[in-house]
Amino acid sequence: MAVLKVHGAVFSTASMRVFACLYEKDLDFQFVPIDMKAGQHKSETFLSLNPFGQVPALEVGDQKLFESRAITQYIAEEYADKGTQLTCPGKPLAPLLVWKEVEAHQFDPVASKLNWELVFKPMFGMTADPAVVEENEAKLGKVLDIYEARLAQSKYLACDCFTLADMHHLPNLHYLMGTPVKKLFDSRPHVSAWAANISSRPAWSKVVAMQKQ
Amino acid sequence: MAVLKVHGAVLSTASMRVFACLYEKDLDFQFVPIDMKAGQHKSETFLSLNPFGQIPAVEVGDQKLFESRAITQYIAEEYADKGTQLTCPGKPLAPLFVWKEVEAHQFDPVASKLIWELVYKPMYGTTTDPAVVEENEAKLGKVLDIYEARLAQSKYLACDCFTLADMHHLPGLHYLMGTPVKKLFDSRPHVSAWAANISSRPAWSKVVAMQKQ
Repeated sequence: MAVLKVHGAVFSTASMRVFACLYEKDLDFQFVPIDMKAGQHKSETFLSLNPFGQVPALEVGDQKLFESRAITQYIAEEYADKGTQLTCPGKPLAPLLVWKEVEAHQFDPVASKLNWELVFKPMFGMTADPAVVEENEAKLGKVLDIYEARLAQSKYLACDCFTLADMHHLPNLHYLMGTPVKKLFDSRPHVSAWAANISSRPAWSKVVAMQKQ
Repeated sequence: MAVLKVHGAVLSTASMRVFACLYEKDLDFQFVPIDMKAGQHKSETFLSLNPFGQIPAVEVGDQKLFESRAITQYIAEEYADKGTQLTCPGKPLAPLFVWKEVEAHQFDPVASKLIWELVYKPMYGTTTDPAVVEENEAKLGKVLDIYEARLAQSKYLACDCFTLADMHHLPGLHYLMGTPVKKLFDSRPHVSAWAANISSRPAWSKVVAMQKQ
């Protein structure tokens, strides 16, 4: 079986999305840290893996993949019989497809803006913009109202199993829960229970542990 | 076979993405126009199809789908043996996953901002912001440089067949080609040839014809 090499960074949400998938699937992988501060993600070597110059990138055999959600989808399909299923076996296809897109297009843009302002800017010595935070908190609230209604009917977003649709939220969720935005999750009971549930998965704690090394 | 009902609007890029898929697959469908000007996409009826209040939404039997790229993926998989294949049969999975994500996360955000400024704002009688146009033209140029390199090696983005990865660009491309942004495509020979090729597909001309009715 070809070696899986992940080029990324332990603090990068997109890299964490891929690590989560690898741990859920119980797959061995080589981690190649990319030093973003030193601009290594814009080096010729890295650009040959991902011409867009963004982490993560995955090498497996001759193949080079990038875009975290393409990588997780690839892992979930290639290694379908290893570890956690990550799809809804025996259930209709459509909800998984829909809720994966919801994470990518409704949750992630708003969550990313908030994490940029509240987590990463301070890390880089810059100041959060309160107007941007306020605007995006309002948007996130509306998204989470829809999640609350959905999770009142379904244990996980796509079906009654943990899938890629839930998993893709973990990195942004992890960071948001360390900011005042946590209140938006805590005040919605089904969202709160779901967030706590998926964040307590053993595979996810291994991803978080990578940041403590 | 269950009737496919598409709730959308002929000028909406996301709706056009779904129409393109249905025509490529040679599938009959019922089109239910949603009057955005009248706010119909925020009506209780429509929100029961897509709680995010965005078009398109598809009903097929009991199932309700939203997010255009979930809908196209559903159609491509459920109707795999009808019409155009839209995947890379017999080829590795990974490039299709990667290039679908590239359209969604690298091309679409930038293209959408330009289309908003140059196409929709004038339609609604508001003024284009030249700074936003300039910034996003520069970003789109960088994305298209990467496409140019890719299309020098591959007839279509994912492989040597037309797939969802190419198809998803058509609505954005269609609008951009009617603006000065066209020059960014024309000045890159492989991109230009690819754009002309995919835009000339019979299924796509049926989508464009819907706007003339």
